[in-house]
Amino acid sequence: MTTMSTARIPPASSPCIARKPKASSNTGKLPRVYVKPGWLRKDLMGSNLRFSEFRSAKLPCSPLTVSAIASASELVKERIETKSELLVTREEGLELYEDMILGRSFEDMCAQMYYRGKMFGFVHLYNGQEAVSTGFIKMLKAHDSVCSTYRDHVHALSKGVPARAVMSELFGKTTGCCRGQGGSMHMFSKEHGVLGGFAFIGEGIPVALGAAFSSKYKQEVLKDEKANAVTVAFFGDGTCNNGQFFESLNMAALWKLPIIFVVENNLWAIGMSHIRATSVPDIWEKGPAFGMPGVHVDGMDVLKVREVAKEAVARARRGDGPTLVECETYRFRGHSLADPDELRNPAEKAHYAARDPIVSLKKYLIENNLANESDLKSIEKKIDEIIEEAVEFADASPLPQRGQLLENVFADPKGFGIGPDGRYRCEDPGFTAGTAQV
Amino acid sequence: MASSAMAQGVGGITALMPSFSSSNRLQLGFSKHLPEWKRSSIAIRLDASFSQSSNSRKRASKLVTSAVVVKDETATSPATSKTGHELLLFEALREGLDEEMERDPRVCVVGEDVGHYGGSYKVTKGMAEKYGDLRVLDTPIAENSFTGMGVGAAMTGLRPVIEGMNMGFLLLAFNQISNNCGMLHYTSGGQFTIPVVIRGPGGVGRQLGAEHSQRLESYFQSVPGLQMVACSTPYNAKGLMKAAIRSENPVILFEHVLLYNLKEKIPDEEYVCCLEEAEMVRPGADVTILTYSRMRYHVMQAAKTLVNKGYDPEIIDIRSLKPFDLHTIGNSIKKTHRVLIVEECMRTGGIGASLRAAIIENFWDYLDAPIMCLSSQDVPTPYAGTLEDWTVVQPPQIVSAVEQICQ
Repeated sequence: MTTMSTARIPPASSPCIARKPKASSNTGKLPRVYVKPGWLRKDLMGSNLRFSEFRSAKLPCSPLTVSAIASASELVKERIETKSELLVTREEGLELYEDMILGRSFEDMCAQMYYRGKMFGFVHLYNGQEAVSTGFIKMLKAHDSVCSTYRDHVHALSKGVPARAVMSELFGKTTGCCRGQGGSMHMFSKEHGVLGGFAFIGEGIPVALGAAFSSKYKQEVLKDEKANAVTVAFFGDGTCNNGQFFESLNMAALWKLPIIFVVENNLWAIGMSHIRATSVPDIWEKGPAFGMPGVHVDGMDVLKVREVAKEAVARARRGDGPTLVECETYRFRGHSLADPDELRNPAEKAHYAARDPIVSLKKYLIENNLANESDLKSIEKKIDEIIEEAVEFADASPLPQRGQLLENVFADPKGFGIGPDGRYRCEDPGFTAGTAQV
Repeated sequence: MASSAMAQGVGGITALMPSFSSSNRLQLGFSKHLPEWKRSSIAIRLDASFSQSSNSRKRASKLVTSAVVVKDETATSPATSKTGHELLLFEALREGLDEEMERDPRVCVVGEDVGHYGGSYKVTKGMAEKYGDLRVLDTPIAENSFTGMGVGAAMTGLRPVIEGMNMGFLLLAFNQISNNCGMLHYTSGGQFTIPVVIRGPGGVGRQLGAEHSQRLESYFQSVPGLQMVACSTPYNAKGLMKAAIRSENPVILFEHVLLYNLKEKIPDEEYVCCLEEAEMVRPGADVTILTYSRMRYHVMQAAKTLVNKGYDPEIIDIRSLKPFDLHTIGNSIKKTHRVLIVEECMRTGGIGASLRAAIIENFWDYLDAPIMCLSSQDVPTPYAGTLEDWTVVQPPQIVSAVEQICQ
């Protein structure tokens, strides 16, 4: 195992995100992740004075201040001490728990299936980041849209795509959500508003922007008041150095599009550490530079993410424009199943493993008497059955036949052109058999 | 004055020069400022009457050697229209776009300077005033992102027309055009359609420099899932624009910087061209000349010389660059057995190269001579006028190529 001289866990004084500041720390120098007063500029926020007021009214301490970076267990401790109201109801809590367990179990099963030779290629697993997906997507409505990257299985699941459809897609079967034509990195669902699934980082952000533009267009040009769909774009820290990210931030703020940019900052872009790649590692700071609020949140705590999501979604739906949310999170596995994951310091991995979002939520639910062990166990059992069924379904599903090869290349297959005999190529009997010359 | 005489030729195609302020149709006085050798070439082009108005047809029937014969039998022929109105090519594009935007409120325009400025070649002039700033959207200079935005909008129900101010700028949008426009319908298993139109002026202009003189059709032709068409007359410009907007597929519409001021009479009634069909420009018997966009006019000019020399070339404007209309092309080859391709793309990997391969694959047995392909030189287009003229195919080269093929 290689070790490098520079520390893996950034020290408290580094410009990067301060991890767990101790309550008693008195360095005299505030870690840079507290919310600077500047970002609450009223001209940018419009009616969002409510944002800060809401926070201080409902919570003893705004999650956006220093103590927000504290781990869930510290927050839970504060909760009980201050006897403030709970962040979720029992139903909501169980829903969140079930969604995160679904994500985790699914990804674990993916790894198993991959090593058994049922799926191939690049598979990127989401273990450890479930709080971000669950926290945001469970605040969305059915007609809202989600746009993701190659690490998209759990986003699709949270949005409502059935586990069997995703598993079939991974196995490359016709019953997959994309008929087996997309694969792990291209999960789409028109029914559930999942706009992909993109292999190149950054290329999904403008697509999400387009969906948000559509929403605004339908409201203002087509005069459809019900068209208040919000779009959430998920992407990583590596993407935040890409041109499309900045171009999209500019246009979203310029036209006040109903979009939320969610950065899943897991500190690593394959083997490139975020600190080595970025001149100003605080991604949330880049939001105000483009005229939108930039928020940093502990992405290992689903309740904190949910609070931020609630406000960001409401802001977008009101028509106040975009928000940039940076979620500090971590992936427990390598970049993909092909990644030996040798560069990351084991101490860093252990640090984040201790902040497992599922464990934290479980603790919260139990300590606040929202659920007991048997409730959670039954959820886990239910999810296990769902996953088993999904695998069986995928195994039993047929592989695509040759005839599927030429379908879906064009929405209008006349695009294959006119053949020498004067007929359109798609009228050739060989077309549906996949053997026509095109 | 020379300029007014040119303009008054009924249905005559006016000279080829990009114009940034479009309102003055009689802006032909520029010819006085051109060097002698260029002026003469323009005069020759003007003499050929390309329009399908009744006047010119009568004239054509009197001449033994007519450069253009109208194809009467097809429904899309403008000859069936008794009345019509004359306009310039960029106005025809605008008319097509305007009609489609009125017809379908989901059609919108996205691009740099399309709104308040009216488009760098005035194709969208007046449309922002008519349809509003959201339907004719002025974007910041971010081609990759606003093309992707168009794709996302198309996936969620709109029908954007994305303009590249110059086709060359779309090199910056290659990520989105290749990965998303081309492939997204397929990778989503057919769930999402991308009914976008990507359009803009390309091709070699008048000393615009290397980067503004690019021919992107050769770069995009390999992208699966895209259709590409090139317009060359006001008639097919309007028709192809409308067809592209109505198509469910992503279509790239290639316009040419030098063709925007072509004038022609087009029908008053609504018409749509077929995206996949080629256009028969001049039926003949000796040799099939396949061309598109600006080179059509170089070919027409060469045709006058060829006809005088006793050749009878069949000229086809292929219009559909991807896919090729192998029916029209094939029928022609079966008749003439000789093929000359004249294009503006580079020799390497251009449309001509693909077309040649497709012809060999499908019509090998019908060929009596090797396929000749005249393309631009594989050089960055120089600024100097003389060098620039030597990079693209000129009519004398076409004449000698036909003579060579037909011996």
